[in-house]
This record gives sequence, C-alpha cells and structure tokens, in this order.
Amino acid sequence: MNLYEKTASELSRMLQSREVSAVEVTTSFLERIDQVDPHLKAFITRTAEQALDTAGRIDYFRQQGEQLHPLAGVPVAVKDNISTMDLRTTCASLILKDYIPPFDATVITALKSAGMPILGKTNLDEFAMGSSTENSAFFPTRNPWNLDRVPGGSSGGSAVAVAAGMAPLALGSDTGGSIRQPASLCRVTGLRPTYGRVSRYGLVAFASSLDQIGIISMNALDSALFLNLIAGYDPLDSTSLPGEVPDYTAGLEPGLEKLRVGVIRYGSTEGFDPEVTEMVQKAASLLEKSGANVGEVSLPLTDYGLSAYYLIAPAEASSNLGRYDGVRYGFCAGGDSIEEMFNRTRGKGFGPEVKRRIMIGTYALSAGYYDAYYLKAMKVRTLVRRSYEEAFKKYDLLLGAASPTPAFKLGEKTGDPLQMYLSDVCNITDSLAGVPSLALPGGAHTSGLPLGLQLTAPPLREKLLLQMACFFEKYSEQAPRRPVLDFIEGGSSDEL
Amino acid sequence: MNYDVVIGLEIHVELLTASKLFCGCSTAFGREPNSNCCPVCLGLPGSLPVFNRRAIELALKAALALNSEVQLQSRFDRKNYFYPDLPKAYQVSQYDQPLARGGYLEVEFEDGIHRVHLERVHLEEEAGKLIHAGDSIIGAGHSLVDYNRAGIPLLEIVTAPELHSGREARYFLEDLRTVLLYSGSSDCKMEEGSLRCDANISLRPKGSRELGTKAEVKNMNSFRSVELALDYEVGRQERVLSEGGKVIQETCHWDEEKKQTIALRSKEGSSDYRYFPEPDLLPLVLESSFIEELSRQLPELPARRRERLQEQYGLEKEEAFLLTANRDLGDFFEEAAKEYPDYRHLAKWVQGDLLYQLRESLKKVDELEPGLLADLLLLLDEGKINRPVAKELLAEMVKTGADPKEMVKDRGLEQISGRDTLLPVVEKVIAENPEAVENYRRGKKKALAFLVGRVMAETQGRADPAELNRILQEKI
Repeated sequence: MNLYEKTASELSRMLQSREVSAVEVTTSFLERIDQVDPHLKAFITRTAEQALDTAGRIDYFRQQGEQLHPLAGVPVAVKDNISTMDLRTTCASLILKDYIPPFDATVITALKSAGMPILGKTNLDEFAMGSSTENSAFFPTRNPWNLDRVPGGSSGGSAVAVAAGMAPLALGSDTGGSIRQPASLCRVTGLRPTYGRVSRYGLVAFASSLDQIGIISMNALDSALFLNLIAGYDPLDSTSLPGEVPDYTAGLEPGLEKLRVGVIRYGSTEGFDPEVTEMVQKAASLLEKSGANVGEVSLPLTDYGLSAYYLIAPAEASSNLGRYDGVRYGFCAGGDSIEEMFNRTRGKGFGPEVKRRIMIGTYALSAGYYDAYYLKAMKVRTLVRRSYEEAFKKYDLLLGAASPTPAFKLGEKTGDPLQMYLSDVCNITDSLAGVPSLALPGGAHTSGLPLGLQLTAPPLREKLLLQMACFFEKYSEQAPRRPVLDFIEGGSSDEL
Repeated sequence: MNYDVVIGLEIHVELLTASKLFCGCSTAFGREPNSNCCPVCLGLPGSLPVFNRRAIELALKAALALNSEVQLQSRFDRKNYFYPDLPKAYQVSQYDQPLARGGYLEVEFEDGIHRVHLERVHLEEEAGKLIHAGDSIIGAGHSLVDYNRAGIPLLEIVTAPELHSGREARYFLEDLRTVLLYSGSSDCKMEEGSLRCDANISLRPKGSRELGTKAEVKNMNSFRSVELALDYEVGRQERVLSEGGKVIQETCHWDEEKKQTIALRSKEGSSDYRYFPEPDLLPLVLESSFIEELSRQLPELPARRRERLQEQYGLEKEEAFLLTANRDLGDFFEEAAKEYPDYRHLAKWVQGDLLYQLRESLKKVDELEPGLLADLLLLLDEGKINRPVAKELLAEMVKTGADPKEMVKDRGLEQISGRDTLLPVVEKVIAENPEAVENYRRGKKKALAFLVGRVMAETQGRADPAELNRILQEKI
C-alpha cells in the first residue's frame, strides 16, 4: 500500500514509531499530486518546497528526540480562503489573484507549530460562494469518482484532495454546507464544528455569522485528531467560544443504548433522489437494530431556512467584500477618478456569482427593504435556532442526508442559480443554528457515485458526532473507499 | 434678523487610549505614515476586531461626565460606504443601540446658564486620513492615504438642536472640552484632530416651529473657526432666504483662508449606509457595578467644582471659572490653599503671576509643588520679602522648582525693615543727593521716588518700602 493511501492516524502512528520519515510521507503525497491533480485540479497553489522543508525539519527534531505533536509530519491541504503568511491566498478570485497575506490564520499557526507540512492551497467557489467549485475564477475541480461530475462546493478542492489521496487531511470552510456537501459528493468525512469552536481569525470572510472552519478527512478518528489541534478559544476572534477542549480521540467507541436519534423529515423532499431517502432510512434502521431509540423529527422551517440563509449570507457578504476596492491590496484596474477605479476594479475583479450575491445583499440591507428582507430573515433564523433547541430536548442527535442528490454534472446547474442554491438544502439550517454537523459516507448510488449521511448534534457535542461516525464506519467497510482513477495507467492499483 | 437660528453639533473625540479600538496598534500622533498599522486596522482579508477594554471605560466615563444614561446593553453596527480612507468599506459604529442616551451640559451663555441637551453618545472607530496632492480637496491630481489613524477609538456626541449662534456653539464646545479633560477620556486637541466638530445649521422664520432645511458644516479646526464658520453660514442662509431663495440640504466645507463656507456635495438623495449588526462582535453587555465603579472614579466635574470653590473659598465667579478651566490648575490651587489661608490672595497669584510664569517657561502646573507657592506668599505676608522679590522668586521657582525659603536664606534676600539698619542708608543717600532733596522740598513729589530708588539700589531691593518711606519723609 502506498503511503498516500494511509489515513492520517495511520501515518501519525508510523511517523511516531519511525517506520517512515516525514519526508517520505510528504514526498508520497507530492508525487500523487503531480500524478493526478492535472486531471482533477484540486490545487490552486502547490507548495512542494515548503512542505518538504517542514518535513525535513520534523525528521531532524524527531532524531533529536524532541517531543512532537501527534500530527507532526502529517501533511495537510488548505482551502485557499484561509490566510497563509507569505503564501498567496486567492479565494479563487481574480481580485485576490496575487494577494500575499502578511499573517497566518490562527488555524495555520496551529498547523505550523504542530509541524504539519502544507502541501498547497485548494480550489473553491470564488469567496466560497457556490456548491460545485465551478465558480472558481481559475478552473473547475473535478469529482474523482466521475470526471464529468462536480465535487460539490465550495470546499471542492479540499474534498477532492483527500478523496483522491493527494492529502490525508484538509482544512475547509463551511458557511451553508461548504464542507459537508462536497464531503458527501466525494465520499470523505466532513466536519463543521460548532460556530465559535474553531477560530475564524484569518478565514477570509464570506458571511461572518455563519462562516466556520472545519475538517475534511478519510474517517472520524482523523477528524478527531485534527480537531484536537485546531479547536479552542482564540483571543483574536471575539466570537470564538471559551471553555476547555476535550480530547476528541478518546472514547470514540460508542455505546448506542438509550441514544435518542431523530431522523429529519424535510419540509419538502422535492428534488431529493429516492436513493438518498432510502440511504437515510437504512442508516436509521441500523441504529435501531443496534439499540438506539429512533424517532422522526420534523424541521418545518427548512424551506424558510434556505430563503433566510440566502438573504443573511449575501447581506453580510455585500459588506465583507466592500474592502476589495483596489486601494490597498489585490487587483486594481485603475481609473481617472476614485469612483471609476472602484467600479472598474470590482467590475472586472469579481465573478458573476459573487456580484449576484453582493447585489442581493445590498438590496436586502437597503433603506426601505431592510425590515422586509434582512430583519425578517433574522427572525426566521431565531425560529430555526429554537426549533433545534426543541428537537434536542427530545433527541441527542439528528440524522439526515448531507446532500439531496449525488454529484451532478459540470455545467448542469450553472445556468440556474436557484437549483444550485437548493443543493445546500440539507446543510443550511444547521449553519443558521450554529450547531456542529458532520457528513460521512453513506453508501453508493446505483450510478456508483457516493452518497453522504449527515449527523447533527447540540452545540459543542462534536465528540458525539465523531463517535457516531465511527459506528457507521464499521458497517461500511465493504464499500470501496477510494475512487478508481482510470486516467492513470494501471489505475486499478488505487482500488483497495 | 427675522429668523431664528437652530444649530446642532456632532462632536467626535478621540479617546486617550494607548492602542486602537480593535487591535494593539499605537495611537501615537505624528508618526511616519502607515507605520501604526496591522492586518486588523488595515482590514486585511480574514482579520477580526477585538474590543479594547480601556476604550470602553473611557467612553463610559465621558458619557457619565456628560450626564448621559449608559445603556446596560448596546450593540455595534456596520456603516457601509466606499471611501479610500475606510479600509473595510464599513465603519464599525453604533446605530440604534448606542452606548448612552440623552445627557446634558450646563453652559453659561451671555444671557445666563443654559442646559444644552445631548441626543446620544456612542463609540466608533476612526477612519484613515487622506492627503490630497495640491491645496484643496477639489480637483486634486491624486491623493495619498495614511491609515495610522484608522481604528483609533472615537466617541461621537450628538447635541439636540438647541444652540442659536456661532458664539453659543463655541462656548458649548469649550465647556465640553473642559468636562472631557476632567473625565480623562481625551486630550481634546482640535489642532491635532482629537476633537472635531461638525454642525447642522438651519434658519426658520421667527416664531415658526418647523425646522428649516439644514446645511452641514465641516472642517472647523479651532473653537474660533467654529464661531466664524457658523456665523458666516447664518449670514449666508439669511441672505438666501431673505432674497426669496431656498437653502439646499448640502455639506459645506469651512475654508479657513477665505473665511467662508464652500458647498462640497449635495445631500439630496442622501447616502444609504445599509447599517446592520456587526457579526464579528458580540453585543456589549455591562454590569451596573462596573458603571458605578467608573462613576466613582470620575473626579468632581467643573460645574460642581465652580460652585464649591465660590462657597468654600469665597472666590468670585470669574475666579472660580478660571481655576476650573484646567483641572490641574484647580488642583494646584486647592492644594496650596491647605497651607495658605488667604484664598483670594492665593487665587490672584495663581491666575496672574503663576500662569504668566508657566507660559513663559513652557511648564505645566502639575510640575510645580503647590506648597512652595504657599510658602512664598507666607514670606510675603510676614514681611520677610517684598513684592518685587516675591515675583522674582516665583519665576525662579517655576523654572527650577527651588524652595523660596531656602533661596531667601541662601541669597540673603530677606527684607530690611529695621529702623536701625535702614537709617544709616537713608542718611547716606540724602547726603549724596542734595539736589533731589532740594527738589522735593520745593514740592516735586517725584523726587521722593528717586530717593526711594536709590535706597533700594543700596539694599539690593530688600528694603521694606513702607518703613523706608516713613524714614525718608521724616528726614527730609
């Protein structure tokens, strides 16, 4: 088995027992990237040299017998909307095409101090606005399970990097499903922690009250290991949560007795693939057979939640993206007056979806419309939060689908923004409520494409999500874990 | 004039913190452009704001000093607009839930004391500073931006439209400045821009209740220019109205050189700032005990102190005003008064010779030991030194902090008042100046002054003038 096929926990163990060196591990992933990324296009920027540098340093420290973090030498890919010092951070936008930040995001500081080699920055929908990674200003990323299909988005690059063995772990960001939906479409595990559990400092803002950095990995244990590193209060982020961080890797073997699970009944299942509904039912019966109390929970606000989300998120985005004016950094188109410079810079620098959301958001916040749109959406958000509080009085955990359909074709929804927005329908209310949510492989569609389950827990109960993910992993061992990449000679070697 | 003038002020005050409102950058004035900056105050992608606790304390102290009602919960909002000096394209400010509501300041105008009400007091962040190529904001070829100022905590104080002339506005501002200085919230230096004032001004026919169309006047950089600009604008609007014209709602710029207001932009179709709650900050929730603690920390404020100085020390109103205009000067007076019982005499010295000497030697009153002035005046009252010597010693004392008692002893400056000591000197002077003596006897009073001067010269100015006069008149 190639090193790039190992999970992060396996690599961590092998590195600690000195079975392999960090340079060997990193080299394996870098070679894999060279081999498959030209076809998949998960990375915007690759940082092979720096990664090997870090790996070399870690090997030296290990030789010196220094105490190292369990993830020392385990490489990682980073979504390109997370600020990395001296390394360009584009948000997949022309407006930040050449922007090199002078500071690291708090999560990046954590990765660096743990000694994780950073392999590169991954593709996304421009400013994380989209569900297919087709809104990248540079190129779309392709789904490794079927190159004609999208990987989901906006963290499509990170999901593909992990799914195709180009990185054992990746950082993503989730505003309204941007980790969970692509994880589901690429058959990897995607965790959106509680809002505030992981610092947002250095995450380029899309919608501040919804944005959350999270993890894409091959399994729950890897997520737990990584979450141990990045979770916790950050004095640089006023919205980050105080309080102790548990050891997420401890006690992941679950006992299901008396666990109360609510299966989500969506307000409308229009547009849901019947096999998705079936997958959720199967998972529910598995839990029941294993001793859990399974009931049904209806979240009738799901439909309103989607509408509220597509007002609140664009409203915040319209404000967050105002700073890209060509004055201080990033792309500047020039002009004969300051207004002309602003207009030309923003006109040329932003792509169509970003412009659409800026316009929706500007409209929703405008005098005379604020009460009807933004304020009403905020009221719906409060109701959504309350309906979760109610649901969590009856259930410990909610179970549903991570995406209403398997991966759709490239170009299939680009002409119809509303259809595209609906692909986040399963994820968005969790985001509005700020609760932790995890997508995990749920089986295969008859087309061979992956399907994903989604688990949702009360605030700060990430551990419960990881325990349940471990439980499901035990029952899905027979399904193929990795996609077969036909374009590589002897592609079958990728099958496990 | 057939019109009533209605003026409301919007005052911005930079709070006296060492670091900015949302980051650790220095607030020092006059540094090299763009050297006090970091990702947060430059609004770099991904940066986030964190409250400066000190800024909140100072803002609350200012609000309390202005009798404004501090709100236990307030909120920060984003005010969105595009301008090159605004790094995030929004200013973090407070919209419908300000830090404090209401308040007032009692100000003495020419027709008596008026209570000028405040609408609100809120906290926000400062923008950067544009430097335009050329002399004027209009038609500059290019502009440069300095973000050193961006993110400095700023207090906005909005008055009710209760002022009626440029002079009233100036008096109000001067008193506001004094109160803020007492509260320790700001250094209020108009010339450095740490206190700025915009004014809304409108005219309405006498007796009318409806407010006229207002113009906003900006760029008034001193108390004097506030008065001049507003009076100019009153005159301009009056001319427009009396000629049957209409005042347009617009923003004007006070041109210090031309001494006139210049229309900058029309405010019709006024900007929509798309305020909404700042999602990067939590609402500000205050404990009442915290507010009470800050309230206790406030010193006695000028209005109260003025009254007390009159009652306790029997001072005149003008004296009390002068001594409270500067908190340190008042403190100095009260400290010295503990050791010197003639308060009126002390007050005269403090506001006269002492202030003069402080200005001359570029010293601040808090650098001087109050007890020294008390000692000096005691020496004078006891007749140990005379007035001219006292003034000399005061100058010396202010410059070097020297003890007057020791200076008197060391330099032998003690007044000579003994008849036995003075008599031989007087006799010597009379003998040496027969002409002057003759003149005096013929009725020339001036000649006496000459002879006094001679005796003073012989005694290095130490002779007791009263005693000297007596002996001289007796002898000639």
